[in-house]
Amino acid sequence: MTEAAARYVRPYGDTTGDGMVQMSFTLPVPHGPRADGAALRLAAKMGLDPAMVVHSHPIGGEFTFFVVYGSVTHLVDLAEVEVVEREFPLLSPAEVNAEVKRLLRRKLVVVGACIGTDAHTVGIDAILNIKGFAGEKGLEYYRELRVINLGAQVTVPELVRRARAEKADAVLVSQVVTQRDAHLLNTREMAAAFREAMGERRPLLVAGGPRFDPRMAEELGVDRVFGRGTTPGEVASYLVHALARRGEVC
Amino acid sequence: MSLLGLDPELVAKARRLAARAAAPVIDLARAHTTVSVERATLRLAGITGADTAHRAGDVPWVNRVVDTVREHCGLEHGAALPVFHALAEHNLGSLTELAEATAAGQVRYRLPTGRDRTRAARTARTAIARGIRTLDRNRTQRDRLIAKLGDPPQRPWIYLIVATGDIDEDVVQAGNAARAGADVIAVIRSTGQSLLDYVPEGATHHGFAGTYATQENFRIMRAALDEVSREVGRYVRLTNYASGLCMPEIAVLAGLQRLDMMLNDSMYGILFRDINPVRTFVDQRFSRQVHARAGIIINTGEDNYLTTADAVEAAHTVTVSQLLNEHFAHEAGLADWQLGLGHAFEINPDIPDSFRLELAHALLARELFPDAPLKWMPPTKHMTGNVFRGYLLDGFFNLAGALTGQGILLVGMMTEAVVTPFLSDRDLALENVRYVLGAAGNLREDFRPAPDGLIVKRAHQVLGEAVDLLERIVDRGLLRAIAEGTFGLMRRPEDGGKGADGVVAKADGYCNPAIDLLEAES
Repeated sequence: MTEAAARYVRPYGDTTGDGMVQMSFTLPVPHGPRADGAALRLAAKMGLDPAMVVHSHPIGGEFTFFVVYGSVTHLVDLAEVEVVEREFPLLSPAEVNAEVKRLLRRKLVVVGACIGTDAHTVGIDAILNIKGFAGEKGLEYYRELRVINLGAQVTVPELVRRARAEKADAVLVSQVVTQRDAHLLNTREMAAAFREAMGERRPLLVAGGPRFDPRMAEELGVDRVFGRGTTPGEVASYLVHALARRGEVC
Repeated sequence: MSLLGLDPELVAKARRLAARAAAPVIDLARAHTTVSVERATLRLAGITGADTAHRAGDVPWVNRVVDTVREHCGLEHGAALPVFHALAEHNLGSLTELAEATAAGQVRYRLPTGRDRTRAARTARTAIARGIRTLDRNRTQRDRLIAKLGDPPQRPWIYLIVATGDIDEDVVQAGNAARAGADVIAVIRSTGQSLLDYVPEGATHHGFAGTYATQENFRIMRAALDEVSREVGRYVRLTNYASGLCMPEIAVLAGLQRLDMMLNDSMYGILFRDINPVRTFVDQRFSRQVHARAGIIINTGEDNYLTTADAVEAAHTVTVSQLLNEHFAHEAGLADWQLGLGHAFEINPDIPDSFRLELAHALLARELFPDAPLKWMPPTKHMTGNVFRGYLLDGFFNLAGALTGQGILLVGMMTEAVVTPFLSDRDLALENVRYVLGAAGNLREDFRPAPDGLIVKRAHQVLGEAVDLLERIVDRGLLRAIAEGTFGLMRRPEDGGKGADGVVAKADGYCNPAIDLLEAES
C-alpha cells in the first residue's frame, strides 16, 4: 500500500476503495416509486453515487422507510482528523492505589452524582459501583479511593455542599439525558457554582456521558470530559494524573 | 402445568415470609398520611385547576388548600374535615371557590368538633363518593368497550412507549404504533416529574425525554386511543406512571380518565428516586387501593434492579421484590389479574448459556405467579449502540417472552441507549415482535425443559436464594434491608430521601372518607 493510500481513505465494502456504505432513513412520503425516487435524490446529495434503494416499505400511510446502499464519492484525509488523545498513562488499580498513597498520604475522596433532573444513574454507577463496567471494577473497588455516590437528581447546591463537607478531591457528574442540551446547561451550572463557592480550591471537576464531546472541557468549565465507552480504570488513572499535576503547580 | 416442578411447600413458605416482611411496613403505612394522600382525597372530591396568578407559576389549587390546612391546623386529622367545614362555614359552592378564597387569605382552617364535625364528615363523604363513582363508571365503560371491540388476539400483549414531550405529537405516534400492532401504549413521563410535589395542569408540549402526566394529557390520549381502538378493532390500553412524590394523586387522575395500566412499584421510588421510604409506603398503599377500585393493572418495576445490579447475581432479589409487591398489592385490594409483576432480559449476552438463564428466570416468575399478567422488559443494559446486535438481542428477548408465556411484552428498541426511538425504530421493533410471535406460534406447548437440566436447576436455585434473602429480611426488617442496599445495590435509610417532610403521623380520630370507602369494598 502506498503512503497516499494510507492517508486518504474511503469506506471499505468488499474491495479496497469501493466506498460502499449502507444507511437507513424515513421520508414523510407515501410508499411508491415517487418515494424511492426521493430517497435516491437524497442519497445523491449525500455523496452516494451510484446509490441503490435495496428496500423500502410503508410506515403507516404517510411515511416510507428505506435501506440504501451506495458508493460515497468522498475521501477522508487522515491528516485532518482531530481527536483528544489520552493525555495520561493507563494505570492498574494497584498502581492507582500506590500513586494516591505517594501523592496524598491519605485516601483520595471522590464525590459522584447525576445532577439536574437526570434520573439515569447508569453512567455514574458504571464508573463508581464496585460492579464496574466493561470488565473493570468501579472506583469503589480501589482501596485508596473513598467514594461517595449521591445518586440521581442531585441539585447543584447540594452537590457543592457535600463536596465541601467530604473535602472532595474530585467531583464526578454523569449526564445521560440530553434533550435540549440539558447535559451542557447542567454541567456549566455546576462548574460555575464550584467556581463561585470555592474558587481555586475547588475539587477536580469531571463530567461524563454518552453524548459528551471530550473536546468541550474548557468550554464547560470543567477539568475533563469523558464520552461514550469510558471505563472506571481510565477515570481513576486520570484522577491520579490530574492530582499529580495539580501538586506540581501548587 | 408445572415445567419446573417447584416445591409447593417452599413456594408457600416464600409467600409467608413475604407477608411477615411486609407486615410492619403495612402498619407503618396505616399509621401515617402524606400531603399527597390528602391531595388525592380532595381530587376525588372534585377539586381541579391551578392558581395561575401565583408567583411560582401555576400551583394546583389542591396544593394551595392542603398546604394551608397544614399550616393552620395540621394534617394529622386529615384534610377532609377542615376543608368541608370551611366550605360550609363560608357557604361556598365548590372546592375551587374555596381554593380561590384560600389563596386570597380569606379562609382560616380549623378542625371542627361536635355537630360541625359530623356534618363536615358527611359532606366530605358524599363528595368523595361521587369521585369514586366516576372510577366505577370508567371501569364499567372499559369493560363495555373490551366486550365490544375485543382484547388483543394474542398473548403477550404488545406494549410500546411513546415519549416526545408534546402530547399532540404523542397522539400521532401512539396512533401509528397501535395501527402497527401495539396493544398497550405507555406515555413515558418527563424526566424529573417524579420529584415534583405537585401534578402539573393542562395539556403540555415541552417535556424532557417524556411528556408530563397531567389530567388533561390523560384525557387527550385516552380519547385518541378510543378512536384508534374502533379503527383497529381491539381495545388499545393506555399506561402511565403512578410513581414519585404524587403517586396517589396520579392514581386518582388515572382512574378519573380511564387509564388502563399504571407503573406502580412498592419500592422503586425509594431505590431509584431516593424518595423517603415511609412516604413511599404510605403513598403506595393509597394508590394501590385506588387502582384496585378503578380496575387498573399495575406494572411493578423489578426490571430496574437488573439495570444496576448484575442480572445473574441479583436474580433472586427480583423474585423477592415480586413476592413483596404481590403481598402489598393483595393487601391493598388488587386481584391477581391486576398484577403486572415486572422482570427483565438483562443478563450479559456474552456469558455462556445466557439465554437459558433468561428462560429459567422468566419461567420461574411465570410459575410462581400463574394468574398474574407478567410484564416482560427488554434488554437495555447490554444495548451498546451496535443496533444490529441489539436487534438480534431483542429477537431473543421476544422469543423468551413467547416461550415462557409472558403477559405484557414491552417492545425493545435496537436504538436503546442511542437516541429516542425513530418512527422507523418502532416499526422495525414491531416487525421483530410480529415475526417472532408468529413464527414461534404456540411453541410453548412443545417447550419442556429437561427435569435435571440447567433451566430447571437454575430456577430452583433462584427460588432457594430468594427464600434465604426473605428470611434475612424478616430478621432484620424490610426498612433496614432497604437501608443496607439489598435491592438494586441502592442504600436508602428510613429517615433519608426526598419528600420526608410530607409525612404526617395520624392522630386518633383521623378522618379520610376516601380510605374508608376504598377499604369497605376490598
